[in-house]
Order: sequence, then C-alpha cells, then structure tokens
Amino acid sequence: MKLIESQAKAIFAETGIPVPPGRIARTPDEARAIAQEIGGRVAVKAQVPIGGRGKAGGIKLAAGPDEAYEVARQILGMDVRGYPVERVLVEQAGSIEQEYYLSITVDRDRQAHVFILSSAGGMDIEEIAAQHPEKVVKLWLDAGLGLRDFHIRDLAVRAGVPAELFPQLAAIARRIYEIARSRDASLVEINPLARLSDGRLVALDGKMEIDDNALFRQKALAELKEAEGDHPLEVEARKRGLQYVKLDGYVGVIGNGAGLVMTTLDMIQRSGGKAANFLDIGGGARAEVVRNALEVVLSDPDVKSVLINVFGGITRCDEVARGLLAVMDSMDIRVPVVVRLAGTREEEGRKLLEGTALTPAATFQEAAQKAVAAAQR
Amino acid sequence: MSILVDGNTRLIVQGITGREGQFHTSQMMAYGTNVVAGVTPGKGGQEVLGVPVFDTVREAVRATDANTSIIFVPAPFAAEAVLEAAEAGVDLIVCITEGIPVQDMIETVQYVRRQGVRLIGPNCPGLISAGQALVGILPGRIFTPGPVGLVSRSGTLTYEVVNELSSRGIGQSTCVGIGGDPIIGTRFVDVLRMFEADPDTEVVVMIGEIGGSDEEEAAEYIKEMRTPVVSFISGRTAPPGKRMGHAGAIISGGRGTAQSKVEALEAAGVPVAATITEIADKVAEALGR
Repeated sequence: MKLIESQAKAIFAETGIPVPPGRIARTPDEARAIAQEIGGRVAVKAQVPIGGRGKAGGIKLAAGPDEAYEVARQILGMDVRGYPVERVLVEQAGSIEQEYYLSITVDRDRQAHVFILSSAGGMDIEEIAAQHPEKVVKLWLDAGLGLRDFHIRDLAVRAGVPAELFPQLAAIARRIYEIARSRDASLVEINPLARLSDGRLVALDGKMEIDDNALFRQKALAELKEAEGDHPLEVEARKRGLQYVKLDGYVGVIGNGAGLVMTTLDMIQRSGGKAANFLDIGGGARAEVVRNALEVVLSDPDVKSVLINVFGGITRCDEVARGLLAVMDSMDIRVPVVVRLAGTREEEGRKLLEGTALTPAATFQEAAQKAVAAAQR
Repeated sequence: MSILVDGNTRLIVQGITGREGQFHTSQMMAYGTNVVAGVTPGKGGQEVLGVPVFDTVREAVRATDANTSIIFVPAPFAAEAVLEAAEAGVDLIVCITEGIPVQDMIETVQYVRRQGVRLIGPNCPGLISAGQALVGILPGRIFTPGPVGLVSRSGTLTYEVVNELSSRGIGQSTCVGIGGDPIIGTRFVDVLRMFEADPDTEVVVMIGEIGGSDEEEAAEYIKEMRTPVVSFISGRTAPPGKRMGHAGAIISGGRGTAQSKVEALEAAGVPVAATITEIADKVAEALGR
C-alpha cells in the first residue's frame, strides 16, 4: 500500500526527521487559517496517491493567507491524473539552496535493502537516472550488519554532499532505515531533501510504500489500507479475501492461480477482447469461494460475459463442477458464463455441466474465443 | 536422473500437524517420497501418518538423518522456520508458505545463501522429480518421467504445461516452482545451471511472468547453455503498477514488463511461445519429435 505525503510526513515527524511546519486543509477557509498560523510564504499541495502533482498544477506557492485561500480553492476539487483532490497540505515554504534525493527501497535482484542518494533531487528518480545516471549513488545493505556510519559517509562522499551536512544526513538516513524496518516499508523516499538557506536539511516531500504481506503486524497502517482509494470492487473483493484487480475491459475472468489468470487475460486479448478484471481464487476451488468470486465479478456493470478457467490439480474437476452447479442454482446470472475445466477428471467435470446454462469449453483458446464472442453478441 | 530431489531425499515436514501439512504429507508419501520426520513445536513425541513428530528441526535431523525440509508454517512464523532448518543442517529447504513479509525474506535469503543452503520459494508449489520424489503440493498424477526440465514462477501454469506435455507423451525430469514473491531463495538462473548439468534433461521450459528482471538475467546465462530452452511469459496485457495476484508480479517504474522479458529471451535465441499449446509444440520441436 502507498502512503500519501501527509501520512509519510506524519511518520517522519514522529521519528525525528525534520519536516516543514504544516497541516491538512479540507476547505479554502482552513487553508487560510493554517497559512495565517504559519506566517510568511506557504506551499499548498494536493494530497493524492500519485506522482507528477506539480506538473499537473496540484502544488502551488502562496505569499500569504489570502493567496493560500485562493490557490486552495483552485486545487481542492481539481482532478490530478484521475484522482480528485479532497485535501491539501498547507506548509511553510522555506528558501531552498539545494535539493537532494534520498530513499531506501528493496532491490529484488540483489535481494537486499538499497539506499539511493543523489544531488539532483526534485525530480523523479527514474528521470534522474535517465538524465544524470552518474548522479545516482547506491549502497546495498547486509541485513546482518545493518546501516553503519561508514556506509553513510561513503554514500555522502560519492554523491558529493558537503561534509558539513554529514551529521544531519546521517541522522536522517538512520531514521529512514529504522522506518523501513519498524514499519515494514518497502520504500521510504524523501524527494526533495532540501538544504534551506539556514543550513538545515528538511524533508520537503515524502513517499512510503508498506509491504502488504506485513500488515498483520502493522495494525495502525492496516487501518489506513481499509480507507485506501482503490476501486470500490477491489475494496469489496479484499473484504472477501479474493485477489482481484479491476481492469478496463468487459470479459469477467475467474481462475485458480495468478499465472493462470494472467495468461487467461492475455488469451482474451489475443482473441480480440478485453478483460474486465483479474481474479484469482487460489488453490482448491471450494463452492463458497466460487460464489464470492462470481458475485464480485457479476456486480461489475462493465462485465458482458464471464470466463471461468480452472485447472484441477489436487482438486478434481468433477468436484469443481459440482461446486459451480450449486452456485449457479442459487444465483441469478445475467450474462453468458463460459467454463473451462482441465486437468484431473476433466471429462467427468464437463459431463456434469452438460445441459446447463453454462457454456463449456475444452481448451484455453476455445474458452477465450467463446467468452469474447459471447460478450460482443 | 533429475535435480534437487530423488530417491535419496529424506524429508522433514515443518508444520506437519496442521491441516495443509498433514494433507500434503499424505500426498507426498503416496507418491513415494521418503518422509522421515515432522516438526511442530510442542507436539514432539506424537505421530502423524506413522511419521514421528519432533519439537525442533535439530532433533528431527539427529534422529532421522534428514537432508531436506518442506515448510507449511503460517506466514508470521515461516521465515523463522526456514532459519531453523538452515541451522539444523539440511541441504535443501522448500518453503510453500505465501504472504511472508519482504523484510523477513531479505534477512532469510541472505543468511541461507551465506550458509550454503539451497532454499526454494517461498510462495511456491515446491518441486517434483517425476516418478522419484514429490516435495511440494504439485498434483503428482499429471507428471510422467521423461527428458523435459521445467522451472516456473507460477504453480497452476506449470500444471497446465505439464498436462499438455504428458498428454502428448512428453515426460519430465524435474519440475521446480520457484515462487511468486519478489524475494525468493532460488531464481531461474540457479535452476537453469542445474538442468544444464543434468544429463537426463534434454530440453528446459522456463515459465516467467511480469515483475523483476530474473528472466532477463536468465536470458544472459541461456546464451552459454547447450541444453535448449523454451520459454513462456505471462502478463503481456497486465497494467503497470498493479500487483497481479503474486506479490512479485508487478510492473513498477516501467520495469518488469513482459515485453522486456520476451525481447531479452528472443535476443538470446530462446523461442518464446505465445500460448500454452505452443509451448508443447516448441518442446516437441526441440526434442526432434
């Protein structure tokens, strides 16, 4: 799950990473009051879970309270790359001498935490890497050793950070490492990490990603996840314990196993159609899980047909067929449903579905073609 | 022959008293795997399906001379179970558990690598050497002994491919599910090396998916291989930034796309199949059938 700037900064402040004074406003009046409180120049920043806010006009400076009211009025209610802005962060805008980039993330290939530091902060790390690859400095950590002072000095020297900033940088680096470990954050990013004219290093923007697998031990963060701005169908599916991703097509897809379902989506596209969703019911197709899956998929108004693609391994296809029949008996199905059963006892399974409203298919290809044709009819 | 598991495998099941652990122990035993011990803390002295249960892996190894362990322990405790097995001195650990925090796996993978212990998984279906030993949750009945080695990030997709191969009379040497997580103990290139050294594996099927760059790294190694490799990549139509079921199946920051993997593999001379049936066609071709 991704945390937005204000959530990340709250955690920064809690752990002692310097952030500018500021608060969340939901109305222009609140923005004015906060600007008044802070005094001087303020930044008004859209709080949406996506990058590129500045370019989209979601971040503006204001000289004083009245201007803060005015820019907040413009930003609140605007749409930043598909996300409506409901809240803005109003915070002190100091005068910036230099912008750095600092993050800790997980390097899948090296199977380690990696620190990234750059003196070309302020733009996306992908952009820095493309434009100034020599300015991206990395340091991989050994989980047993952890982060040591010499690591930070090494990183700072290679990135060209002046020596007088080392103590501040070291404190901040240690704290984001601590956040990565204590909050199970797979990304903690400060960009820009700004050196202000008074010499202080301050986190002007923050981004965090929390490992979903660790939410069982991150109770406070798990509550934020509940309120996350996913598609309503994704939220509903998550409640039912299903792995569901909303897509922009019209063929509903249900299958067992992530790879199998992804391949089903690919086959639908090859057959000239577009999938409405990804839904993995996992191993062992119990009737209750199939029912939950069908309910979620059928509640999507975009769905014009459904393809159920199951490979019976340990689970036998005849059992899956019986489960399906029980569900179909008790549900009102408004669209054609194509079922492909393969693997253990597939013949028996297919026989059981003969003469029902379900459309059987023998192969992956046939199933995708039938589901696409049914949707376009 | 085969890789990693065979008739000499002496297996411990960690979490043998749980529902999953017990069910799959019965399946593995039915396939002929030599299950010598189970481990569940606090349940030492019991028996499950005639297999003695111990409180610790060390006791189990001492008493039974086990060399392999399979883990069916819930996610919050699974990384510790891997570490315990590594310290107890088994050579091969297979972790089935899904949903282990990334941070736990970073520590665990770095540790087992230093110890020289081979870890398969987590979030994987395990592995099978057809006709010899099943160490995992794969449906044994669809596998037939033969010359094709298979390595995959996806369980059910493996079964699909094996089913298709077996139905055409093409058997398998060993099939390894390396798991769908971002941090895993054994990657494509590790298994490819083992297949390359196995005289009985004549063709390798590699089933990849979006996320990370394991397939690209494998493509580099395949250039040096003598054994032909056939590949398949799922997730060609997956949108960026969305996790497609597997924790590791995500395109992020423009990296990990199916296109990048297909291009890398094709550049290494690997035929990349567009459909499951095409995988079997290309395998048959590579075998000269």
